[in-house]
Amino acid sequence: MAFVQNFPFMSIILSLFSGPLCSVLDGKRARRVNAAVIVIIGGMSICTLRYVISAGRPYVYRMGHFPAPWGNEIRVGVLEAFMACFFCAVTLLCMLGGIREREAQIEEGKQNLYYVMVNLLLCSLLALIYTNDLFTAYVFVEINTISACGLIMIRQTGRTFEAAARYMIMSLLGSGLLLLGISYLYAVTGHLLMSDIRQQVQTIAATGQYHISLMVALGLMSVGLAIKSALYPFHAWLPDAYGYSTLSSSAILSSLVSKGYIFLLVKIFYRVVGAQVVRESKVVNVLFVFGIAGMIMGSLSAIREGNLRRMIAYSSVAQIGYIYMGLGLATEAGSIASLYHVLSHGATKSLLFVAAAGLADASGGSDKYGDITGAGFRNRLAGVAFTVGSLSMVGMPMFSGFISKLLFAQAAVGHTHKMFPTVIALAISTVLNAVYFMKTVIRIYTRRPMEQAGGSGAAGPSPDAGAHAGMPGTESLPGAGRQVSLWEQPAKTAALLCFILLNLILGLNSDPIVRLIQSGFEMFE
Amino acid sequence: MSRKVPEERYRKTFSYKFRCWLEGTKDPFLGQVEMEPREPFVESEEARERREEDRALLESKVYDLEHNFEMRVFRRFYRVFSVLFCIFLVAMLLVAVSDLPAFGHGENPANNEVAQRYIEKGLEETGAVNIVTGMILDYRAFDTLGESHVLFIATCTVLILLRRDGRKEQARDEDNDRLYEPKNDVILQTVARILVPPIFLFGIYIILAGHLGPGGGFSGGAVIGAGLILYLNAFGFARTERFFTARTYRRMSFCALACYSIAKSYSFYTGANHIDSIIPLGTPGAILSSGLILVLNICVGVVVAGTMYTFYAMFRKGGY
Repeated sequence: MAFVQNFPFMSIILSLFSGPLCSVLDGKRARRVNAAVIVIIGGMSICTLRYVISAGRPYVYRMGHFPAPWGNEIRVGVLEAFMACFFCAVTLLCMLGGIREREAQIEEGKQNLYYVMVNLLLCSLLALIYTNDLFTAYVFVEINTISACGLIMIRQTGRTFEAAARYMIMSLLGSGLLLLGISYLYAVTGHLLMSDIRQQVQTIAATGQYHISLMVALGLMSVGLAIKSALYPFHAWLPDAYGYSTLSSSAILSSLVSKGYIFLLVKIFYRVVGAQVVRESKVVNVLFVFGIAGMIMGSLSAIREGNLRRMIAYSSVAQIGYIYMGLGLATEAGSIASLYHVLSHGATKSLLFVAAAGLADASGGSDKYGDITGAGFRNRLAGVAFTVGSLSMVGMPMFSGFISKLLFAQAAVGHTHKMFPTVIALAISTVLNAVYFMKTVIRIYTRRPMEQAGGSGAAGPSPDAGAHAGMPGTESLPGAGRQVSLWEQPAKTAALLCFILLNLILGLNSDPIVRLIQSGFEMFE
Repeated sequence: MSRKVPEERYRKTFSYKFRCWLEGTKDPFLGQVEMEPREPFVESEEARERREEDRALLESKVYDLEHNFEMRVFRRFYRVFSVLFCIFLVAMLLVAVSDLPAFGHGENPANNEVAQRYIEKGLEETGAVNIVTGMILDYRAFDTLGESHVLFIATCTVLILLRRDGRKEQARDEDNDRLYEPKNDVILQTVARILVPPIFLFGIYIILAGHLGPGGGFSGGAVIGAGLILYLNAFGFARTERFFTARTYRRMSFCALACYSIAKSYSFYTGANHIDSIIPLGTPGAILSSGLILVLNICVGVVVAGTMYTFYAMFRKGGY
């Protein structure tokens, strides 16, 4: 066995170990440990990816001395390794972009706990990606849920407590349904290992035995994971959780946490239950309908929203809708489009959150619509980054969002029943996306009437400015706005540039990535 | 009453006091223990106003009822929908349960080669007499590794939520520490003095014998945690902080979890690379047997006990 093959296991253990380690260090050291761990894991994931591509087939890694149905095992394919690389990169950039906000908004003695949460969150994401065992997946779903809660409420305001409580209730409900589904599946197949369940499900489906239990299990697991990843009717926890938590938390939550669950659902559909059974069940149709409803209702809510970060959060509801619509098509092309959208949304949404924080920074810490007028001139890089993110979400060519929309449309063409709904929903949703994103872009590039007259901004933010960033060293009056230079926060500048680059790579160089996803997807079988 | 002993002397004996207590004429703890009658709960005008204000704030700010059309519609039909939905869910799950294989039947899918090997070869392969412990700490140790980190991260989240760091608050609380300290309660202290050592011993026994019989790190740790909480209730934070503070907890749980991670990494690594493990399994039934299971049980026990105690201390005082 090549030494590289140990890397996935090592990256899981390393991130798991660094969690407790950060709890005994102080904030600064914990931050360094966290950054180092993410970089090392990213490096190891790249090595793993190269190895799997050159080997051309997936391999299983036995966790311990006992082979699979008895012991635990992890399974590494192209898609898994690629997702691990992507998640590490996005985590690193999110952490980089939010350093200043974290230091300002988190109490001194609790800084290190933040890194505990991030390390264990990353560990759970890696384990969800790699695991070949449904129960292991459930255990790490638990870690994921609790750490996400911690990330939301570590900025201690009433709003975040409320958001965390809501997230907790919804998410635990999702976990419960998932566990119930796994139990049903275990009762009718007698296995927890994904490959073995699949074999059993094939025979059960062929004989028609336990049909109801199988369908209920599939339904429960889908609904559970849909709640956890905020599919439309279950999205009530999302806007507050993303809108009021500290910057890196909202970026990580929106671009990684929900995506981990979606990846698990894809694995359950195609590795555990099998494409044939999933297609014959009506569960995918339900996901399809909810996905389309989410695309439209999420965008409508975003249009009505008066707070920049909450608007971006509502836009997530719409984008999650796209992903579920692709899964609902239940074809290989649809799932590949969904997985591509996972990447493109992950790269873009965190970019938008970081850019929005930059814009708020230039507007006296307020992200109300009225206050960010002209912020694109005061913080040039954030303005450019926000524009790039918006264009990508709307689906302009050159940026990543365009490719995923193209893939969705291609996947829909020729589908017997779902072609027209998909294409029409894509069209409507794109127009709605354009309405709220372009509205914002135009606003940040409109000079305030006061500024033109030479007065210092008069339209101060309303006193209860929802997400008051509270930057230390903000000299100007609140709402007055100030120039933010490129070098003021080097980390944020670097993060924004990297995010823009990532977006352009996904948008301009999509062929190899799509091929990679395709080959990884074929390895699922 | 008694004819042999004069009344005066009889009144001083233990049996007279016991009799009084039995008949309810005299309470021996009256005057010895602080007791206060409870006043009926009356909500002050101010508190009521604040409560109503909070409620209005919840509706206007959190739910944003004015602008949230969906929420308004939803609230109107909530009661009806929730009942209907529950009935639907119950019916669906009952149908599904009736479709499941009969419980305990020999032909069930769950009675397959997996369970068979656990039962037949468990003792031989893991060295643990208790098959369940062998399963969770050797066959499927990766899951348990995750599970013990669930406990750890839950504690961290409670620390985020409840630990108070503000200097001002702390200074105020120092003055007011009596609030959190228990009164000197004779009954509780006496009972705790008698019970706590056996509870600790029993917890340690459960942990150490986890591979030999019913027990293990989770249950033993819970017993020790309960003992710690009893001790804290009887003697107060001043006494427990002599040997157990937040720093102790963090270091202890770090050591335990690190020990678990490292020990298991070794066995995962050797297992996956087909290297023979150097850890002997020992004679089944001996206390020092079954390879790493004993060590892992101790680690899990430490984490569980610390977690229980920390939860209690956080909810009670917000720090320790």
